[in-house]
Amino acid sequence: MGNRKFKIYRGDNTKGELVDYNCDITEGMVVLDAMHRIQADDANDMACRWNCKAGKCGSCSVEINGRPKLACMTRMNEYSPDETIMITPLKAFPIIKDTVTDVSWNYKQNKKIKPFSPVQNKKNTEKGLVMQQVDVERTQHFRKCIECYLCQNVCHVIRDQGAQDKFVGPRFMIRLASLEMHPMDDADRIPAIKEDHGSGMCNITRCCTEVCPEDIQITDDGIIPLKERVVDRYFDPVMILFRKIFKK
Amino acid sequence: MLDISGIRQIEFDVLVIGAGGAGLCAAITATKESKKVGLICKSLLGKAHTVMAEGGMAASLGNVDKRDHWKIHFRDTMRGGKMLNVWRMAELHARHAADRVRELEQWGAVFDRTKEGLINQRNFGGHRYPRLAHVGDRTGLEMIRTLQDYGIHKDIDIHMECTALDILKDESGKVAGVVCMYRETGEFIIFKTKSLILATGGGGKAWEITSNSWEYTGDGYAMAYEAGAELMDLEFNQFHPTGMVWPPSVRGILVTEGVRGEGGILRNSEGKRFMFDYIPEKFKNETADTEEEAARWLAGDKDARRPPELLTRDVVARAINAEVKAGRGSKHGGAYLDIATRRSAEDIKKKLPSMYHQFKVLAELDITKESMEVGPTCHYFMGGIRVEADTTMSTVEGLFACGECAAGMHGANRLGGNSLSDLLVFGNLAGTGASNYAKQLGAVPKFNEEDAKKIIRNATSILNREEGGNPYLLHEDLQKNMQNNVGIIRTDSELQEGIQNIENLKEKNKNVKANGSSQFNPGWHEALAMRNLLITSEAVARAAHLRTESRGAHTRDDFRDESEEWYQYNIISKKGEDGNMQVIKERRKDPNPELERIANATLEDLEAEVAEERKS
Repeated sequence: MGNRKFKIYRGDNTKGELVDYNCDITEGMVVLDAMHRIQADDANDMACRWNCKAGKCGSCSVEINGRPKLACMTRMNEYSPDETIMITPLKAFPIIKDTVTDVSWNYKQNKKIKPFSPVQNKKNTEKGLVMQQVDVERTQHFRKCIECYLCQNVCHVIRDQGAQDKFVGPRFMIRLASLEMHPMDDADRIPAIKEDHGSGMCNITRCCTEVCPEDIQITDDGIIPLKERVVDRYFDPVMILFRKIFKK
Repeated sequence: MLDISGIRQIEFDVLVIGAGGAGLCAAITATKESKKVGLICKSLLGKAHTVMAEGGMAASLGNVDKRDHWKIHFRDTMRGGKMLNVWRMAELHARHAADRVRELEQWGAVFDRTKEGLINQRNFGGHRYPRLAHVGDRTGLEMIRTLQDYGIHKDIDIHMECTALDILKDESGKVAGVVCMYRETGEFIIFKTKSLILATGGGGKAWEITSNSWEYTGDGYAMAYEAGAELMDLEFNQFHPTGMVWPPSVRGILVTEGVRGEGGILRNSEGKRFMFDYIPEKFKNETADTEEEAARWLAGDKDARRPPELLTRDVVARAINAEVKAGRGSKHGGAYLDIATRRSAEDIKKKLPSMYHQFKVLAELDITKESMEVGPTCHYFMGGIRVEADTTMSTVEGLFACGECAAGMHGANRLGGNSLSDLLVFGNLAGTGASNYAKQLGAVPKFNEEDAKKIIRNATSILNREEGGNPYLLHEDLQKNMQNNVGIIRTDSELQEGIQNIENLKEKNKNVKANGSSQFNPGWHEALAMRNLLITSEAVARAAHLRTESRGAHTRDDFRDESEEWYQYNIISKKGEDGNMQVIKERRKDPNPELERIANATLEDLEAEVAEERKS
């Protein structure tokens, strides 16, 4: 497969540049392999995050030729042999160094979410929770999330509008959805989803769904149903009347 | 001059190093009894190696086969470990695993369900019954996310991307703290603590072909060793039989045992299902000897015996190795693992989605249509830091260890699925043990300042050197050495060569140099990890050289059988007075007679006994 050209961002949040590298590519190599080879041979101090190298941990998120991707699951043969591969950090987060960004904001969002609280009823038995497979599948679908934050990175609200204080972002909307749709969860998060987590901010462009490496239907299965639940609670005239009458 | 007062210090009752399943579980448990609990991890939270566990966690819930019982789980574990397990640890694990799994469900884990709506369980190698609670083939992700999302609402002070360098002690030899470094800034910090729990995982990154990530550099072993703790049975390194072998860049990445649990079979280049030829005497009575019986078992016939593909990992790994050596390997030097002709495409995608995805993207292969190529990959350390079973305290006062970095639970070979339940059971015991120790201690012991200075100077000298070796290339040399000389099949001469090479690499490592600044500098991090990898590798190679028998995952070509004599011994590695590694054999304690009886009972007798117990 021969020798290939790379341009990799080197620098921090204040200053940096794209630096040229070359790397010999063998069959089956992914972009992360090339980054490691460059690191070992030519750029010992080049920062990059990675762990599992199999698309399971979501550490190696970068932008490759401008597209958000997991470096470990992006094969070199996806690009034509004469194409220069450009690797830059996720744009939505502050750069720490090279391709490594400060994603701590995401951890703060997670902490704001009311955690799972199991119902105490006859289906919570000493043998565990009694739930049918069909009823947990939606929640399991969301729980495939590997927290790579690619969806957060492309979300317009976060990336372009910088409204980090108004919206938790797609990753945490599906975390909320996984809890709300858990058949044995007792907590009510609808008011928080509307007010604190900012469900109204999403305008359904589906960019998050498009980049999800786990193929989670973030928008259609997660965000839209949550928006509907908020609407049912706060804006459905019949429900408003019902609540007034029954003082619920 | 380095002034310690200029370095930030934080004080804890219990501090945990490592945020995989064991570390998170220990920290969560510690918050029940201790006020100030800390947790540090080398990566971001939720990225630890636990996330890569696929198949499931073993516990005798009895949801799929009601005949299961902790005693049978215990018997399976001991037999899988070739009876070298610490009896009490295997007992604690088998007794408590089911409660811990149900607790995880209350904390938010969403396991696959049975028809009755309970936690579903799948078959795995060496387990008598379907025993592994699972979520498709991403059980580790489910576990770590559950613990993470639960743990962040407990009062735990979490420090991410923070590397522990070495342990501090007071004058009497008690643990007093640990010196750490934030990877982002390169800033040093001293965590003072009454008790310290190591949950640092293994050291598979010493080998070339491994399922382990960069984090697995034996940090816990090396720090404990330097602090004077005893390491035990490090010669037992599990080579998982099924790692990817092609393309070269993904060599070693894990292919879950769940493929075989779901009915996958192994074939050689002649198309022969070869595992029938490799059934050990000890397991003959419990393993199918025809394809017809194996097929009946897969169809759910409870009287049929298990297919030989589900023998323990050491047996399957050696079999694949032997087939390749005999010239019957797959195209790229492995064996063919076939699930495509065994289950429908729909079933495969449902039960093994991440395997489907992994092969599709990384190998451009559709596992619903073609066979995978697989071969052994360094996966897990059975040995580790020697601990007391009930408290998990090491031989150093105040130093605890749980999870993969602790020794004893798995003996000479670990059963698949016993690792995740180990993390829960012993993470929990460590949290309690360390809390109890901290409570009776009173004040935080005062650490030796000279030691702290020395640790920091050693770390910075790597950056300050004018010139020196490239740490990445040194690491590659070590990996080649371990792969070639301390691999799956071992001999006296190769091990001696391996030890000599490690000695040479230790010398070279004294002059390793990292370029650039201290800010997020992987070259520096790599150089810091080299010391740990070298201590770990030396302990492995020396113990492997000393144990002149084949048992479980430790295979000596020059001593091919299990020896009655060696059954009596553990191998202990410890830092000697002269600074050199001492490796000695130490006689095991006599087992509790009741546990010994259970482990040696025939399956029929034990099943009858358990059934009788249930009636009364």
